[in-house]
Amino acid sequence: MYVAVKGGEVAIDNAHSWMSEIRRGDTSIPNITLDQISEQLTLGVDRVMSEGSLYDKDLAALAIKQSRGDLIEAIFLLRAYRTTLTRFSYSKPVNTANMTCLRRISATFKDIPGGQKLGPTFDYTHRLLDFKLLAENEAPISPTKKYNDNKMPHVLSFLNQEDLMQNEKDNNLDPIDITREPISYPTSRSARLQALSRGDEGFLLGLAYSTQRGYARNHAFVGELRIGIVDIELYIPELGFEINVAEIILTECETVNQFQGSKIEPPQFTRGYGLVFGQTERKALAMALIDRALRWKELGEDYSGAPAQDEEFVISHCDNIQATGFLEHIKLPHYVDFQSELELIRKIRADAKVNMKR
Amino acid sequence: MIKKRKFWMSLLATSNQSDLLNLWEQKKIRVNYIWLRTPEIGSIMAQGRMGVTGDKFNIGEVTITRCSLKLNCGTIGHSYVQGRSKKKAEISALCDALMQTKMSKEINKNIIIPLEKIKKDNKRKILSKAEATKVDFFTLVRGESD
Repeated sequence: MYVAVKGGEVAIDNAHSWMSEIRRGDTSIPNITLDQISEQLTLGVDRVMSEGSLYDKDLAALAIKQSRGDLIEAIFLLRAYRTTLTRFSYSKPVNTANMTCLRRISATFKDIPGGQKLGPTFDYTHRLLDFKLLAENEAPISPTKKYNDNKMPHVLSFLNQEDLMQNEKDNNLDPIDITREPISYPTSRSARLQALSRGDEGFLLGLAYSTQRGYARNHAFVGELRIGIVDIELYIPELGFEINVAEIILTECETVNQFQGSKIEPPQFTRGYGLVFGQTERKALAMALIDRALRWKELGEDYSGAPAQDEEFVISHCDNIQATGFLEHIKLPHYVDFQSELELIRKIRADAKVNMKR
Repeated sequence: MIKKRKFWMSLLATSNQSDLLNLWEQKKIRVNYIWLRTPEIGSIMAQGRMGVTGDKFNIGEVTITRCSLKLNCGTIGHSYVQGRSKKKAEISALCDALMQTKMSKEINKNIIIPLEKIKKDNKRKILSKAEATKVDFFTLVRGESD
């Protein structure tokens, strides 16, 4: 049991005041602006929006500034703000086939309709520090090329046509919303995907890596990874029709995995799916691998006891706000709890000593 | 009419706030109206589909501001716009209302068409830059002698 303490108000105020001063840093250096954060630290902003589960660049930039660049603290701030918003409604499901792609690659087919576009990527860089960036006012302009506005169908839809890929059917089921009802286990894939989409990148990365190393092994190919802008369509009740209310950047990853087949179905490829706010491809990739690992029951696979197959383990530990809240609360005063522990151990030891003398 | 209204409301909703504000201020349009619903900041839950074509699931929320107003002539304008700008919501609802009146030509010319151009230019820029990063991978055959 936690027993509250009182006092310390002045110390707390002064601590926060010092924290603010340190956050500002050397005042001879210009104060960082939110525009600078949202324009130049875009991937940090994207991570905060995805794990904060709220798409708003300005707020994510503010949260990063306020948290001194501690992204989990920033995510916490955004999640807290999120709870104060009136939820107007749910969007129509996004149509990622109509995405305006910045990047679109496939590791399974080299020639795909619409082509492979690397986009603004760190891939194929040498990971050497670029000292040119030390110079101020660098403003590179990248090349452009004439394009045709052809559709970019999903790569895996071609495997679907041949029936080589398990078809993902729309059964018209209403998804669970984990912001409205607490998760109970066993849960559904919809709840899992929502939790994974806002889950901690580091945790998901580690778990996804564990599946590659042999814990719940299901060898994954990246069928397709695409990053781009999609429209968010919303039904407006006052009008009786839908409009696009927002344009957001999403990262989508589809993996192709093996499937043994069963008594009623011949072997077929199966899919892991990742869909995350912003340009967040490491996370989307990890999400797809974990989604696939968690589908073992539905696909009639063996449970090998691997962490990535344990839905309760994965889902109840992937949320960094829950995790950090519980972890960090043990820093707060627990004097009374500890006092009782102390008294208990003294008594046990005293009794033990008496018994030993006998 | 619905198709056209859908188009301009979508354009207003997804426009860049400063672009819209600039275009509106430049024209110095003055109209009288009363609020039916003052600007309200909230969110909507964006949904996706499992494996692109499967059942729905929730991705996360997006901030949205909405409002409704009525011009003196009785025309009603609504807006649901991306972000948390009450000003953007107000101007969008005014444009929505005015697009249904005699002023539609003026609003279309000075606000809607310029916004559409900005949007198209932006899309063109992305697609042409993406095109420049298009790769033609070719596989090397190993161990073949000829």
